[in-house]
Amino acid sequence: MSTLSTADEAVATRTVASDAFGRKSGARAVKDQLARALMWGAFLVALIPLVWILGATIVKGGHMLVDADWWGKSQAGITARREGGGAVHAIQGTLIQAGVTALISVPIGVLTAVYLVEYGRGRLAKAVSFMVDILTGIPSIVAALFIYALWVTTLGFQRVGFAVCLALTMLMIPTVVRSTEEMLKLVPNELREAAYALGVPKWKTIMKVVIPTSFSGIITGVLLGLARVMGETAPLIILGPYTAVIATNLFGGLMPTLPTMIYQNYSEANQPAIDRTWGAALTLILIIFLLNLLGRFAGRFSKVKS
Amino acid sequence: MPTITGRSAVDELPSADGRPPLEADTATTGRLGDRIFGGLAMGSGILVITLVALVGLFLVAQAVPSLLNNNANFLTSREWVPSGADPRFGIVDLLWATIITSILAMLIAVPLGVAVALFITQYAPQWLSKPAATLVDLLAAVPSIVYGFWGLKIAGDYFKPVAEATSSVLGWIPFFRWDGTPSAKSTLAFAGIILAVMILPIVTAISREVFAQVPITHKEGALALGATKWEMIRVAVLPFGKPGIISAAMLGLGRALGETLAVTLLLSALNTSDAFSFSVFGGGETFASRIANDAGEFDSAQKTGAYIAAGLVLFILTFIVNAAARVVIERRKAFSE
Repeated sequence: MSTLSTADEAVATRTVASDAFGRKSGARAVKDQLARALMWGAFLVALIPLVWILGATIVKGGHMLVDADWWGKSQAGITARREGGGAVHAIQGTLIQAGVTALISVPIGVLTAVYLVEYGRGRLAKAVSFMVDILTGIPSIVAALFIYALWVTTLGFQRVGFAVCLALTMLMIPTVVRSTEEMLKLVPNELREAAYALGVPKWKTIMKVVIPTSFSGIITGVLLGLARVMGETAPLIILGPYTAVIATNLFGGLMPTLPTMIYQNYSEANQPAIDRTWGAALTLILIIFLLNLLGRFAGRFSKVKS
Repeated sequence: MPTITGRSAVDELPSADGRPPLEADTATTGRLGDRIFGGLAMGSGILVITLVALVGLFLVAQAVPSLLNNNANFLTSREWVPSGADPRFGIVDLLWATIITSILAMLIAVPLGVAVALFITQYAPQWLSKPAATLVDLLAAVPSIVYGFWGLKIAGDYFKPVAEATSSVLGWIPFFRWDGTPSAKSTLAFAGIILAVMILPIVTAISREVFAQVPITHKEGALALGATKWEMIRVAVLPFGKPGIISAAMLGLGRALGETLAVTLLLSALNTSDAFSFSVFGGGETFASRIANDAGEFDSAQKTGAYIAAGLVLFILTFIVNAAARVVIERRKAFSE
C-alpha cells in the first residue's frame, strides 16, 4: 500500500496517451482534481462535528472539572438553581456498573470466541456465529426492554443497578466475541501444533499458548467494548433511575450514573444545572476517550500482527 | 453458497501456505481438563444462542396480551393510549418517524462515509492516513446522549436558517413543507442529520476495510492504462468495494433505526389530533424515543406490553436490516477470490 501510493501518484499525474482512457484531456484532469478536492472536503466535513462537540463540551463544561468538589462531592441536597456539588456519585456509579458488566461479559465473550475458533464446527458453530451477529445489531433500548421484561415483570424485582449491568452485558458480549475471535485467528497454527506435538492437552494449549499470545489484542477488544457500553443511556433510563446521592448498592435502591445525570438535567433552564450537564458530558467523554486510548495503546504490545 | 452467518472456525480456508485448515478437534484428549474447558466454551456459545432466543420469546410473550386487548389496529392506528379500560394504540406515526430519520441519515452518511473512506485509503498522505481513521473512529466514542444535548443546545440553532431556506424554495412539495412548528431542532430532518453523524464512523470503517482490500494489481492495471487517480477509483476501487458499501449502508441503517437518546432529546411527541404530515420538517417520535420518553410510566402489564410491542417491531426491523447486510457481505466473500 504505502509503496504504491507514491508510485501511482507519479503515474497518475503523468500525461499518458492510452487506448482505454483516451488522451488525458483537460476535462479529465479537472475531474480528477475535483474528485481529490471532494475527498479532502469530505474528510474535513467529517471532522467538524467531532471538533465542534469536543470544543463545546470543553468550553461549557471544562470549568466544572477543575473544581476539586467535582471529583469529591455528590449532588446531595443541591437544587437546579444552586451551584456547587460534584459528580463523584455519578462517576462511581458509571465505573461500578462498567466493571461488573465487564466481569460478566468478558468470560462469556472470550469463551464463546474460543469455542468459535478452536472448537466450533458444523451447525452449532454457525448458529452461534449468527446469533452473535444478531446480538451486535440489537438496539440498546430493545436489550433494556428485554431485561425489564425478565427482571421486573417476570421475576418481580426492582429496577436496580445490577439489571442495568445485565442489559449492558448483552451489548458488550458481541463486541468482545468478535474482537477476541479476530485475535485468536491471528495466532499461527504452528504454535498450537508445537504444543500438541509436546503432548500438551488442548485446553492447556489454549490457556497457556493461544490466549497469552493474543492477550493484548483481547484486552484491546475488551476496553473498546467497555468504552462502547459506558456511554449507553437507554438501558439506564429504563432500568437505572438517577439519584443525586452516593449509592453503590447494585442490588437495592437507585444508582446514579453520568448518562442519567445528563438526562436528569438536560431540560433544566437554570444555569447551574446546565453547567453541571456539560460537566457530566465532558467527564463521560473523557472517561470513554481514555478507555479508547488505553485500548489502542494495549494493541501496540500485540505479539501477533494482522 | 451464501449463508447468513459470519462464519468462523478459522473460516475453513486453507492457510496461506496451502495446508488444509487445522482440524483441532482431533487434538482433544478425553482428559477431565479438556472436557471441562471444552464444555465451558460450548456452554458459552449455547448461552449466546439462548439469550437471543429469550429476547424474542420474552418480547413476544409480553406483547401479545396487550396486543389482544388493543381496540385499535396496531399497524395502522395513530393513537397511543396504551392503558385504561379502552386501550388503543398503533405504531404508524412511530414507524414513519423511525424510517424517515434513518433513511435521511443513510442518505447523508453513506456518500460522506464512502468519500471519507476513499480519502483515508487512497488520497491521504501516509502520515495522515492512520490518525485520520482514528479521528473518525472517535466520533463513535461520543455518547449518544451527548450528541442529543449538543444538537439541542448548540447545533440546532444553526439548522434553523437551513430549514427556512429549504422550505421556502422547495416548500411546494409536501415533503419539505414547514410552517415553523415544530422548532427547527425538533424536526425529523434535524434528527436525521444528527443520526447521520452518529452512523458515519461505522459506514466509514466498513468501507475503509473493503477499499483497503482492493487488489493492487487492479489499481496498477487501471493506472497503467493511463487512468487518472479518480478514474482508477471509479473502475477499480468502487466496483470492488460495492458489496462492502451496500452492507456498510445497511449496518448503518440498522444502527440509526435503534438509536435512542440523541433522538429522544430532540424530538417531541405529536398531537394525534393534528393531521398526519409527510414533511421531513414535521415532528414525531421514533420507536426508541417513545419508549425512552415514557420509561417512567411502565406501571401496568397492559401498558408495559404496549411499549414492548413497539420494541418488538423495532427488533424485527433491525433484525431484517442486519441479516440483509450479512447476506451481502457473505456474497462478497464468495466472489472475492
